Amino acid sequence: MKSIAVIGGSLAGLSAARALRNQGFDGRLTVVSDEQRRPYDRPPLSKSFLAGTATEADLSLEAEHENLDADWQFGLTATALHASTRSIELCDGTSFTADGIVIATGARPRPLAPGPPRGVHVLRTLDDSLALRKDLQPGARLVVVGAGFIGAEVASTARGLGLDVTVIEAAPTPLSAPLGTQMGMIVSALHADHGVRLLCGVGVVGLTGAERVEGVVLADGRTLTADVVLVGVGVQPNTEWLASSGLDASNGVRCNAYGVTDIPNVVAVGDCASWYDPLLGEHHRLEHWTGARERAAIAVSSLLSGGTDNRAGRAPYFWSDQYGLTIQMVGHTRSADSVRVEEGSTDERDFLAVYRRAEEPVAILALGHGKSFMRWRRQLGSQPAPLSPSVSAL
Amino acid sequence: MMAVCPLADLPRGEARRVEADPPIAIFHTEAGELFAIDDTCTHQDASLADGWLEGCEIECPLHASRFDLRTGAVDAPPAKRPVRTHAVTISDGVIHVSLSGDTLNDTLNLPPGAQAVADLT
Repeated sequence: MKSIAVIGGSLAGLSAARALRNQGFDGRLTVVSDEQRRPYDRPPLSKSFLAGTATEADLSLEAEHENLDADWQFGLTATALHASTRSIELCDGTSFTADGIVIATGARPRPLAPGPPRGVHVLRTLDDSLALRKDLQPGARLVVVGAGFIGAEVASTARGLGLDVTVIEAAPTPLSAPLGTQMGMIVSALHADHGVRLLCGVGVVGLTGAERVEGVVLADGRTLTADVVLVGVGVQPNTEWLASSGLDASNGVRCNAYGVTDIPNVVAVGDCASWYDPLLGEHHRLEHWTGARERAAIAVSSLLSGGTDNRAGRAPYFWSDQYGLTIQMVGHTRSADSVRVEEGSTDERDFLAVYRRAEEPVAILALGHGKSFMRWRRQLGSQPAPLSPSVSAL
Repeated sequence: MMAVCPLADLPRGEARRVEADPPIAIFHTEAGELFAIDDTCTHQDASLADGWLEGCEIECPLHASRFDLRTGAVDAPPAKRPVRTHAVTISDGVIHVSLSGDTLNDTLNLPPGAQAVADLT
């Protein structure tokens, strides 16, 4: 392979570029990024950067003298991929070809409604965070739509900045998808602990305010007064540009367990990719930082070896910082049939819980208890995958 | 010089956080060596004593930055700045850490948002 294009210049794209060089690729490397900035770290955008305690320089993902000998193309969006020629069209009308392609175009927030009034925010990019920060004035009333991790972290940061915060969640229990109902309830109780109102089981039907947002209208008829609104209701993968490529990208780019797509020499990684997960027995998009970082090396190894070098991944891991606590999670709760607190106490918000399926641990959730958590994580991470992925499983 | 704990209380493959200011992490490697470094990852606020210890490398529990326990150098990003190393000695079966003098790099690098209450040196 003489040339490889990485489409996407955030964590997954940068990690892929690094992995390519680490794994010995010395050909032409092009990275196309729709951002104007060099790669930056997104997790602080809802936390320290939003709070103003971290600077833009702190967010840089690259080391000071790091040089991957890559041709970085900033501010450009890929608009099409032609599988037969492996050529990529860009939004400026140009196109180029590469022997290998890494798709790492990420995801974008689901918007609430088109053309929102001022004061209504989503959070994905550095500019989003800067715009939101400007509106987080002490004493202002913030309504967060969606009690997922982004919503919860913004609520926590805003509370710390002295705002009056209300979080709205359409589901009866927040975080029930990643944590299950029982633990979702416990973790989302952090809001009330810190003086943030949490309203569950009620949808948002609209906003009031012409120029600037004034309120959030709920499905039960109530209107909450709002000076600022943050909408955190999930993301959609940036895969529209692949519509005519022949790839199955209906909910993320469909890949095998090693990041390989249906087109030879094309791999996908990060939020835009839907890898086959042998533990779950299904395809599934992993929207977490650690997945974007660790899986890049696996996808690159598949790409450079023509799909023969299959590296094992670690159990999926994520963390969230809220109200001064670090929440850590590893594994898949979805396959669990029980969850039990095995250390500490949920009342103290200091515990470790083990999720099991037929008595076998499949996931761990911890608030605090970092040392035990790491022990469990190593144990889960060293388990062999129960099913060997095969072509028929795709 | 600060007494940490009896050597017998820190088995191989284990780490211990010492609540100094800033906190220090002591590691006992599988090979039987003892190392001390600043406990806080230089990238973001996380305790390296809770990390993934492999050989002479510690991987941060949050973002998988890796530091060389012998030098404090960053072996894998996203961390960019090294941690300080501190000398470890054993006397009468007790682990001691020496926070000044023979540190290999003496700049304290704390992550954004974290602050030492007092300067160590």
